[in-house]
Amino acid sequence: MGIRTCLFDRHAAAGGKIVDFSGWDMPLHYGSQIEEHNQVRNAAGVFDVSHMTVTDVAGDDAENWLRYLLANDVARLEAPGKALYSLLLNHDGGVVDDLIVYRTGAGFRLVTNCATRRKVLIWLAQNSHGFMVQVEERPNLAVMAVHGPDSIALACEALPADSIESVRQLGNFGSFEHGGWLVARTGYTGEKGLEVILPAEQAGAFWDALLAAGVKPAGLGARDTLRLEAGMNLYGQDMDEKTSPFSANLGWTVNLRDEERDFIGREAVLQHRQQQREGELPVLAGLVLEARGVLRNGQQVLTDKGEGIITSGSFSPTLKQSIALARIPWGSGSCQVELRGTMAPLKIVTPGFVRFGKRIFDCGNHP
Amino acid sequence: MSNIPDDFHYTSTHEWIRVDDNGVATVGISAHAQEALGDIVFVELPEPGTEIEARGEVAVVESVKAASDIYSPVGGEITEVNEALIDNPQLVNTAPYDDGWIYRMTVNDEKDLDELLNAEAYAEHCADE
Repeated sequence: MGIRTCLFDRHAAAGGKIVDFSGWDMPLHYGSQIEEHNQVRNAAGVFDVSHMTVTDVAGDDAENWLRYLLANDVARLEAPGKALYSLLLNHDGGVVDDLIVYRTGAGFRLVTNCATRRKVLIWLAQNSHGFMVQVEERPNLAVMAVHGPDSIALACEALPADSIESVRQLGNFGSFEHGGWLVARTGYTGEKGLEVILPAEQAGAFWDALLAAGVKPAGLGARDTLRLEAGMNLYGQDMDEKTSPFSANLGWTVNLRDEERDFIGREAVLQHRQQQREGELPVLAGLVLEARGVLRNGQQVLTDKGEGIITSGSFSPTLKQSIALARIPWGSGSCQVELRGTMAPLKIVTPGFVRFGKRIFDCGNHP
Repeated sequence: MSNIPDDFHYTSTHEWIRVDDNGVATVGISAHAQEALGDIVFVELPEPGTEIEARGEVAVVESVKAASDIYSPVGGEITEVNEALIDNPQLVNTAPYDDGWIYRMTVNDEKDLDELLNAEAYAEHCADE
């Protein structure tokens, strides 16, 4: 038996197919992954993501420490209620983890991955010497993601009545705190929606209220196909400690504007950026299969510039064809894959296939 | 436990075969198999007229999770394929023993059927997996 979130009994009661996810017993789906995927694209679904790691950072040096630790710049978060996506890099410029950092009333809150929990907590501790910071993991908080075109309207029926006005005013990546809750317009699906971090003992009642409002539970299977359609990376699959942000389509998250800011990995990623400009560093591209079949993780592809590899491949329920993220040579113009003995052509697109329920890529658009 | 009809034969690789009175056999995959695969998104069907050996690869079922080869439970000739699966592969999920059938075939040697599992033996096989 693995670790269970405070919502485990509800997943089991809802018919969840429980699988091991990095030591946690989590719902893969509740009957049909594709139906749950479509539910999020067309209406609203809720994911229990309480297995993710929540860490609070406070203290006089909290901002300076995170400016040193993160590749994106938390100085951009001028006030509580702002958030951004960032990578945690090692000294070689490889990706230790990806995260969302929220500025809160008390300091900052980091939400990092589940599979990287131990490694990240050690990394934070190891790199905090000389900084006046308190770093506290918050295992007693639950995390729920409510996403889809109807998600905010339906969530307002389940959220505390005196928080509704604040929810309506939230912009993308905005957040507010209400009692022990943090409500944010962040997510991993390419649809609008909320992530709600709340005390575990209140999570069951909120879950029940969401379902009563008409939100349907969605499992980790749908979460994976949704994020892939949205062109978002999965840590450990599309990037790891050996991957440069510039090879993960995440150069935009490396904030080099403040030349005085010395963050871990800065020297290395400056070199990566130069290598990429010289065509020596591969890119993470989107691929679309026009033929029948499904692209799979780990499959080799062949471009006019050499070999590449699919890092995330699946069937897109929205587009009804297979899509993938793949690391391929810079400047590749054409791409193909071997499927059951024959070579099938693949279209190369900028990662990002579906946003707000609609196909967004243009097949003529090369990275 | 998934539903396992009594009057079908089964393989250890989760195909089922049902032989009608006219000698034509219908082949599909079991409820247990479709459940393990998850949502099915493509079925690659064989060509009618193809001669297939017992245990030969005959079709491919692709789900969101994985691609799975389908092996013919017995030898014979493919006479018909379920073309409804081209546009609606999820029939294999929703009606694995019925509208989700994959192909029909003649049976070269009825004795091949005796090599297969009956419903009870198949249920035990699933429980052991």
